[in-house]
Amino acid sequence: MMTYDELTDAAAEEIARQQGYHQCVRVCMAAGCLSQHHDAIKLALEQAVKDQGRAGEVQIKGVGCMGLCAAGPLVMVEPEGVLYERVSPEDASEIIAVLGSEPVQRLVCPTDVPFFERQVKIVLENSGVIDPESIEEYIAAGGYEGLNRALTELSPNEVIAELVRSGLRGRGGAGYPTGLKWSTVAKAISDTKYVVCNGDEGDPGAFMDRSVLESDPHRIIEGMAIAGYAVGANRGFIYVRAEYPLAIERLKLALRHAKRNALLGNNILGTGFDFNLEIRLGAGAYVCGEETALMASIEGKRGMPRPRPPYPADHGLWGAPTLVNNVETFASIAPILRRGGDWYASIGSETSKGTKVFALAGQIRNTGLIEVPMGITLTEIVHEIGGGTPNGRQVKAVQTGGPTGGCIPEAYFDTPVDYESLAKLGSIMGSGGMIVMDDSSSMVEVARYFMEFCMTESCGKCIPCRVGTAQMYRLLDKFSQGRATTADLDLLEQLCDLTLNASLCGLGQSAPNPVLSTLRYFRDEYLARLLPAEPALAPAPDSPAA
Amino acid sequence: MATRSRIKTLKINGRDVSAHEDETILDVAMEHGVFIPTLCQIEGLTISGACRLCLVEVAGWRRLVPACATHVEEGMEINTDTERLRNYRRMIIELLFSEGNHVCAVCVSNGNCELQALAQRLGMDHVRFTNLQPVRLVDMTHDRFVLDRNRCILCLRCVRVCDEIEGAHTWDVKGRGSEARVVSDLATPWGDSATCTSCGKCVNVCPVGALVKKGRAIGEMVKRQDFLPYLSNMREVKK
Ligand SMILES: Cc1cc2nc3c(=O)[nH]c(=O)nc-3n(C[C@H](O)[C@H](O)[C@H](O)COP(=O)(O)O)c2cc1C
Ligand code: SF4
Ligand code: FES
Repeated sequence: MMTYDELTDAAAEEIARQQGYHQCVRVCMAAGCLSQHHDAIKLALEQAVKDQGRAGEVQIKGVGCMGLCAAGPLVMVEPEGVLYERVSPEDASEIIAVLGSEPVQRLVCPTDVPFFERQVKIVLENSGVIDPESIEEYIAAGGYEGLNRALTELSPNEVIAELVRSGLRGRGGAGYPTGLKWSTVAKAISDTKYVVCNGDEGDPGAFMDRSVLESDPHRIIEGMAIAGYAVGANRGFIYVRAEYPLAIERLKLALRHAKRNALLGNNILGTGFDFNLEIRLGAGAYVCGEETALMASIEGKRGMPRPRPPYPADHGLWGAPTLVNNVETFASIAPILRRGGDWYASIGSETSKGTKVFALAGQIRNTGLIEVPMGITLTEIVHEIGGGTPNGRQVKAVQTGGPTGGCIPEAYFDTPVDYESLAKLGSIMGSGGMIVMDDSSSMVEVARYFMEFCMTESCGKCIPCRVGTAQMYRLLDKFSQGRATTADLDLLEQLCDLTLNASLCGLGQSAPNPVLSTLRYFRDEYLARLLPAEPALAPAPDSPAA
Repeated sequence: MATRSRIKTLKINGRDVSAHEDETILDVAMEHGVFIPTLCQIEGLTISGACRLCLVEVAGWRRLVPACATHVEEGMEINTDTERLRNYRRMIIELLFSEGNHVCAVCVSNGNCELQALAQRLGMDHVRFTNLQPVRLVDMTHDRFVLDRNRCILCLRCVRVCDEIEGAHTWDVKGRGSEARVVSDLATPWGDSATCTSCGKCVNVCPVGALVKKGRAIGEMVKRQDFLPYLSNMREVKK
């Protein structure tokens, strides 16, 4: 049986071995960069090291996402801290040749810019730094220290108290207080309980969760094991969409490594605590991210939501109390246990603590993944970190919260990003997608696009969502073709109201958000697309009234 | 030790009523002769909460709740009949009519249809939405029954009765959103089904003219649902 000290010793050995190298070249091996070069860059760099006779001196290391996907493929040279952008395999020998002297200027990507300097990394602290396939590197970076502390120093209630103190709120969208959720499951009386990690991530353009799973899979395992201990569950499921093959592969490997090192399975770290984890694959239905649909899917049924209450905490998987949290939520647990709830609560805003990962997409220069403290303003995110639009056009609005979020116009960009402020503007935090639109975008088209998404992703169970989204889509289509009437506008607003208030699950309940927010801030764009009012009919020449 | 009361007192439309904690708002309303429209719910099957016709207002609650799926709580003040609810209910029926072929005049269930009856009762006298005209196949392959998906409102009573009472699980749903369809086995013709026992329970619970017996003329199809509470009660007694 391994103890935690033996594990850290093994990790220290690994680190010492790595320090034997003079230099380390980190190559991004996350899906964003991999899609451009597979592993050709890593292979070319390794070849170059061999050819130039520098094996044993230079280490080539595959790591997870470094964030600035727009400039990928990315390569980082340590200890100099030189970041190379848009690297191709042909650049490999040049990069290796100049190691230790002047970097290759044409490839250098400046890192003293807001994109890097304004970020605060907690969830992504290891992303792009450690090799996601090495448990030793994770442990050497402080990994599993939180689990060890929880198991050996704290009672389950003390773990939950630490979490309550941290102020962490669920990152899956609704921002439900995580400590409260854990204590509810802990209080449920049952021999069997489950912990479920929601890695369905169906928002188009979002890849926060994928990136965490690909870049730092052990962080999720650790967070879930701590959760299992706190709520009294011995079994957990990680639900990942099947479209994330790399994440699944890394997760599988991490599960094997964790088990081999007594960090998962029976009698974890010799403490007598058992926790087993399994992966379940989703088939890519957006609605399977909704927690009751997700649980139905894990049970092998069709992924359709059911009314809540009963909530999963009370009646979840196979009727047992179940804790469902998002990937990013679980990814925040280990640091909180390691550094304390008060530390976490010192970051962020009054009502929203800690950091949030956002996926920047759309008309923005620095597309990629960022982690920022809650309470930062939209201006800072879009203009400073994001670098504004790539073509110098005026930014018009940003869509937060994914396809069922809302469009926030530039006039409100000084709003702090937290759950309450975004809700006040008619949008939501959601899972962290941010789509920037410039002044060439038509808001009617934007609303129509997102409605089409909701229409095709509606599970079809309840009428307001199944038929309501289809009818709203038809109406928006009429607007986009300039064939709509004032009666259509009225009907559209009535349907928004119905779908929002009468739908069964969060999909239908939030599907009207893009329409409502664009109607609120860009109503004139809708009005401009109305049919010209019909001229009053002139009486026929031979009618009796004439 | 403190004893816990299992009896709850609450108000429905201003009237004081009492209920057992296991009862839903719908149960209590029916006991007291308060009408709440329902379509997906049917006594004897699990609750689905899908049609949303039974939504009611509870004072102080942010969201509307489905009466069929919500248990009573002490002190609830429930409103089952407000202008807003009437409006929503009419619009939900309208949406159903816009989604399929619900031409009563040529339907075997004319006069014996829950959708038709609700439309009349709720005062839905015209449809403001364009008909979506989806492509939905009719399955006539079974010896005795027909499934006309154009008339289906996806209440999924057939799916539940077949699974929960008959135990055959012949029916399920395929596709999402407007593409959702009731299918038998693995979307194979009903007549070829290896699981169907031809018991006819699905036909009898279907509230509209989607699942019907063959050889019925317009208005001739009458459904019998009295077997359901009986069968499901038998199960509970056995348990
Ligand atoms: C239509 C719909 C899709 C959702 N998709 C996701 C998702 O992809 N990932 C996720 O974590 N939560 C998703 N959620 C939220 C989950 O239902 C649930 O609230 C969340 O996983 C709870 O975790 P948290 O408390 O850590 O946020 C979705 C909700 C709805 C209504
Ligand atoms: S709101 Fe939409 S996705 Fe949710 S249950 Fe209803 S039809 Fe399904
Ligand atoms: S009867 Fe309650 S939702 Fe259908």
